[in-house]
Amino acid sequence: MTARIGVVTFPGSLDDRDTQRAIRVAGAEPVALWHKDKDLKQVDAVVLCGGFSYGDYLRAGAIARFSPVMDTLIDQAKAGLPVLGICNGFQILTEAHLLPGGMLGNDHLHFICRDQKLRVENAGTAWTSDYSAGQEIHIPLKNMDGRYVADPRTLDELEAEGRVAFRYLDVNPNGSLNDIAGITNAAGNVVGLMPHPEHAVEPLIGTGRTDGLPFFTSILKKLVNA
Amino acid sequence: MARVVVDVMLKPEILDPQGQAVQRALPRLGFEGISDVRQGKRFELEVDGPVDEAALARIHDLAESFLANTVIEDFTVRVEEAAEVAGAVK
Repeated sequence: MTARIGVVTFPGSLDDRDTQRAIRVAGAEPVALWHKDKDLKQVDAVVLCGGFSYGDYLRAGAIARFSPVMDTLIDQAKAGLPVLGICNGFQILTEAHLLPGGMLGNDHLHFICRDQKLRVENAGTAWTSDYSAGQEIHIPLKNMDGRYVADPRTLDELEAEGRVAFRYLDVNPNGSLNDIAGITNAAGNVVGLMPHPEHAVEPLIGTGRTDGLPFFTSILKKLVNA
Repeated sequence: MARVVVDVMLKPEILDPQGQAVQRALPRLGFEGISDVRQGKRFELEVDGPVDEAALARIHDLAESFLANTVIEDFTVRVEEAAEVAGAVK
């Protein structure tokens, strides 16, 4: 038996199919979840994918955060359910306060779309164990609201506890504080990042590398060995 | 019917590139002497029934949990007087 990993579709989600595909490529079974459905269909983990849920109205992720599916997901994430938020999914996780800090518009006010170099800072989370700490990876980045902000105390806490999971290398593409590209909660089951690992799982597309695949193999190994 | 206005602003310590872009455009338009611009959001809530303390408390909760993200934003809640509302319609 393999692991079942849910992918939530909100109105305006874009990368739900790509994320399902990445899960399948890694060897797990993707399960489509619907924003109006409180039922998580007994999945073993959930990915909140990229896109523009509710058109980014109010704030990116602010309206999706109050979807029926999120009521269940917030409770279960606090109880240990592994959750990965990619791009808009990361924004939803900060709006839901499952991850600290907030996301704002890129400091240069432009949409950005590029292959981004990152350093994996924390290889101890549910979603990063197939990387090694310090490993440098290339995965696509595409967003409007990618500027990670948090108050100085929260930043110090994240740095001291090793909860900055990914950092931008070479260039800070959006003005994120401390070059933060992704973070984890203290338990390591909830991880969010702006770049898109699901777009880098096959050599034919994206960066031509498969640097995003370990996200999905990490969680698969964790669930199957559990 | 009464109107309650919720103003939401980025916290002062958080960079506001939109406000900066507006500020930088001002000299080109002949506006001098504006040293800083910060841009926020204004919500106008039309409330059924009286705006009593209980109604204001509920709107405060709404602003705190939804209209503003208090991790990055501050907000204020105020009742707009009838004369102001009439003026706004003109």
